[in-house]
Amino acid sequence: MHAAIEVQDLRKTFKVQRNREGLKGAFQDLFKREYNEVAAVKDISFTIPEGEICGYIGENGAGKSTTIKMLTGILVPTSGTLKVGGYVPFLEREKFVKNIGVVFGQRSQLWWDIGVIESFQLLRKVYQVPEQDFKRRLDELTERLQLQDLLSRPVRKLSLGQRMRCELVAALLHNPSIVFLDEPTIGLDIVVKSEIRDFLKSMNQEYGTTILLTTHDLQDIEALCSRVIMLDDGRVIYDGGLDDLKTRWGTGREVHFQFGKATRKDKLEAWTLDLPVKWSAENDMAAKVWIPLDTNVSDVLSRVVGQADITDIKIIETNTDDIVRSIYQSGSAVRSETEWKEGITS
Amino acid sequence: MNSAYLDFVRIRFLTMLAYRVNYYLGIFIYILNIGVYYFTWKAISGSGGELGGFTSAQMTTYVAVTWMARAFYFNNLDREISSDIRDGSIAIQFIRPYSYILVKMMQGFGEGIFRFLLFMIPGMAIAILLFPVQLPTAWSAWLGFLTMLLFSFLINSQINVITGLMAFFVENNEGMMRMKRVVVDLCSGLIVPITLFPGWLAHVLEWLPFQAITYLPGAVFTGRITGSSVWQVLGIQVTWFLVLLLPMIVLNRLARQRLFVQGG
Repeated sequence: MHAAIEVQDLRKTFKVQRNREGLKGAFQDLFKREYNEVAAVKDISFTIPEGEICGYIGENGAGKSTTIKMLTGILVPTSGTLKVGGYVPFLEREKFVKNIGVVFGQRSQLWWDIGVIESFQLLRKVYQVPEQDFKRRLDELTERLQLQDLLSRPVRKLSLGQRMRCELVAALLHNPSIVFLDEPTIGLDIVVKSEIRDFLKSMNQEYGTTILLTTHDLQDIEALCSRVIMLDDGRVIYDGGLDDLKTRWGTGREVHFQFGKATRKDKLEAWTLDLPVKWSAENDMAAKVWIPLDTNVSDVLSRVVGQADITDIKIIETNTDDIVRSIYQSGSAVRSETEWKEGITS
Repeated sequence: MNSAYLDFVRIRFLTMLAYRVNYYLGIFIYILNIGVYYFTWKAISGSGGELGGFTSAQMTTYVAVTWMARAFYFNNLDREISSDIRDGSIAIQFIRPYSYILVKMMQGFGEGIFRFLLFMIPGMAIAILLFPVQLPTAWSAWLGFLTMLLFSFLINSQINVITGLMAFFVENNEGMMRMKRVVVDLCSGLIVPITLFPGWLAHVLEWLPFQAITYLPGAVFTGRITGSSVWQVLGIQVTWFLVLLLPMIVLNRLARQRLFVQGG
């Protein structure tokens, strides 16, 4: 299988003007500017094969958007090599962009003053899509995303959810083989979000479209991506499957019990003495047990269920949000051995 | 060439048409300007004498036709480009398989067609009714003037594009855009015809592109330049058009290297 996106030691530094303080500083700035070099992306490398949906996540300012802008040919990298769909994006921009679709969640690419359908017609000409292909594609997309009623409206009168669906159509009318989505679900309600996810998933399956997706909504990632690349301070700190990330980072599960009759904590501990679990009780009627990942929840349950009078059980998994939050906070996806152990025993 | 470019002309024209009411006031303001300069020059020249080689009638015609030419060639491409750069929406322009600058020129042209048909022509008609304007009688003057008007538009738009692209290199080019506006109006011969400038300054202005925007077509229309000299001044315009392509291309290329998208 070919690689859709190949990135090797990609780097981008920006010159940021340094403003000196005070009136004297302002005066000096007039004659001699001083600049700081800020590296937004620091020598990152990855390869994305054709047909993959890859999540690209990281904190604000981690360098996600800068990477996307280099991959789409908007920015010229400072150093490193990149190849997207067989082209070097910034060298052959006009030819290259015919084969990609881009959605920036925070910027509209439709023309504000004209109707939605006119925007699409204009894009048809811009991308030189044959009339018949365009018709077929537009029918399909409007049906999938339920845009029939919106087509005749001017873009400025659309709601955010409606606009975002139109943006997707605008980015996909020319049937690009690689699609970049920069926070496509930002600010949308749950219904629209899940519609867009379903749509992207089916597009990927039908056409084998490669999708690179940045988002802060990890449910997007969970719903769509088989692979995640995590960025922190311009460096790739994790690249692999989402499940791997969960097993590596998720410390365990927690089960909450409500008892019908008073059950003391030391009794509970006695029942599960040979298991590496940890009990804590708020009172005699309620208790929590923490179970590490390599122990089966059912083992623990079977010990308790037979002997105590249970009125309610709740199993709480560490969710991706928690995992990612703790990675962002520590700034590294490689856990040291001690942290790992602390995670188990804490 | 990609037929989408023509669509940009059409769409801008239609958009402008939707906002045409704004321009009725514009016609009034331009007529007012013509009136101010008409009475000013009349007061200065006194009882029908010549002024900078213009007869009184020529001066009236010059004032009317240059202001109405401005009604056509004027556009805000510099502001549009600089705000695209400053708010970061330029990024969207670079993911499309077209040349951003050419698209901008086409949009400017769509606006120009609108301004020509709904601003300049009715404005000129009103000016003829109000002031003693002498229209040229030779068809060659008309043809020469209209051709030169097209180049006025092109050169003015080129200068606008160059000014707008400067937003890539300075954080805020607002001052530059204001200065450009004053310089173009003054040095193009709109406010004062080139011949009325002191000798040395008039000589300097002849070597700048601005006179090609207003003064040269105005001089052809008023009949100060006739015959084969029309070809010569048209040649000056074409030369400036070609020369100004160079900084546009160079700036565009440099800008790609420097571009950083504001607002993430």
